[in-house]
Amino acid sequence: MIPEVRAGIDIQRVRADFPILARTVNGRPLVYLDNAATSQKPRAVLDAIASYYTTINANVHRGVHELSGQATDAYEAARERIRAFFNARSIHEIVYTRNATEGINLVAYAFLRPNLRPGDEVLITAMEHHSNIVPWQIVCEGTGARLRVAPVDDRGELQLDEFERLLTPRTKIAAITHMSNALGTVTPVREIVRLARAQGVPVLIDASQAAYHMRIDVQAIDCDFLVATGHKLYGPTGIGVLYGKEARLDAMPPFMGGGDMISSVSFERSSWNVLPYKFEAGTPHIAGAIGLHAALDYIENIGFEAIGMHERELLEYGTSVLESIDGLRLIGTAPNKASILSFVMDGVHPHDIGTIVDREGVAIRTGHHCAQPVMERFGVPATARASLAMYNTRDELDALGRALRKVREVFAS
Amino acid sequence: MSDLSDLYQEVILDHNRRPRNFHALGDASHSAEGYNPLCGDRLTLYVKLEGDTIADVSFEGAGCAISKASASMMTDVLKGRSVAEANALFDRFHRMVTTPPGEVVEDMGKLSALAGVREFPVRVKCASLAWHTLKAALNRERRTSTE
Repeated sequence: MIPEVRAGIDIQRVRADFPILARTVNGRPLVYLDNAATSQKPRAVLDAIASYYTTINANVHRGVHELSGQATDAYEAARERIRAFFNARSIHEIVYTRNATEGINLVAYAFLRPNLRPGDEVLITAMEHHSNIVPWQIVCEGTGARLRVAPVDDRGELQLDEFERLLTPRTKIAAITHMSNALGTVTPVREIVRLARAQGVPVLIDASQAAYHMRIDVQAIDCDFLVATGHKLYGPTGIGVLYGKEARLDAMPPFMGGGDMISSVSFERSSWNVLPYKFEAGTPHIAGAIGLHAALDYIENIGFEAIGMHERELLEYGTSVLESIDGLRLIGTAPNKASILSFVMDGVHPHDIGTIVDREGVAIRTGHHCAQPVMERFGVPATARASLAMYNTRDELDALGRALRKVREVFAS
Repeated sequence: MSDLSDLYQEVILDHNRRPRNFHALGDASHSAEGYNPLCGDRLTLYVKLEGDTIADVSFEGAGCAISKASASMMTDVLKGRSVAEANALFDRFHRMVTTPPGEVVEDMGKLSALAGVREFPVRVKCASLAWHTLKAALNRERRTSTE
């Protein structure tokens, strides 16, 4: 007998894997719809971290003793897991960081700044997170270079023709989000890289939002750099990843100096360790790396096909729930979007929406989402944002709908 | 757990819908800009001092219901008051919105409607923004922030 094959996910089993989902908030079951800010952690991640600290805690790459060896093995096994997850060619291309922000700063300071001249340009899009704006701004200010911004249309889609027009011989890097945290827009990263490559422009992809929704293959994208953060990938905070093509990373000077990143040190001069350690100064977040390993295992075990199918279905359902609310307007309606429902309501400030739905146990983000230029582009001071993860359900979107009707009631009086 | 109606009282919703003194003041002697980076609330407060008396006060800007209502109610209360009285009101208001829930707070008349924010700690800044901006205006600071 051939068993029935279902590509979907066993939602009850998945939810049972996330201990926090069992709690209540304000006397109601927690409805966690703030996944774009950070996702919740499965028990496997919590167990991996606890197990590290209770059985093999020691510093890595240092001791000859047993524990240090085991900690190093676990820490490096996590790097290999990350390499496979993003399909990088080599572990030399996987640099641990604290988060995506640090990865972007590393590239801004160690790759871009040494080569930046007055009149040079950095190209981003109008829907970047502040972390993919400010580091470039700082580096530009210090060198007389200029930040250029490719526009998005009224639906929140990148205007690719404008992006192409802004690629010039002066462009020294293009730094582009794979998925907008404020709008949900998924960008055509392969096409972006192809266009940039034609002009000889290196590309950094900010995959912070995309990485937990869809498979990312750095070789297929062919980007020079890619950053992601662990805490959105169902892993711990304080651990992130920078992928860089080996030749790029090899040609770059260190970002921070300290222990572990050197091969020898004297007061006259020091020499740098091999990749990726050249970029990893100081004792790293060992438990974080091990926790991230468990998180990536967890994701792969469910599978992106199943996650994508579930989340697309939820997005479609959530969109219809929100569209049924009087005076609600979605911000970000690009044809290719994922897992984010950003919206405003007539006559109600998003902050008030957030407080009222919180009373119903529903956690959403309200504000500018660290993307003030996006708010400006769409002419709103802020939005309310519900963002989805693999463990969310239709029932939870119904709860959001009920909570939003309550907002209408409060403000109708 | 507190009820939402403690926060969104009718008087607050009314001031949000129809904010009083909601305009620029051409002949203001003092003004300041207030900003709450948490939610993006932004307001400009205008004060016209005649001697030591607040002859007129107004505001403009965009913000949540709590910050808008608080600014509106504050401007209503301040007209005709001396600077010393305004400072004393600031202290009393600050005490009222920061006293832990459950403890007794002084009756501040109409302004007591905002005592409900005590049950919603992240919203205390919304209620305080106008008052901090008032202080900045009277102290001739250009810009203030609740951060």
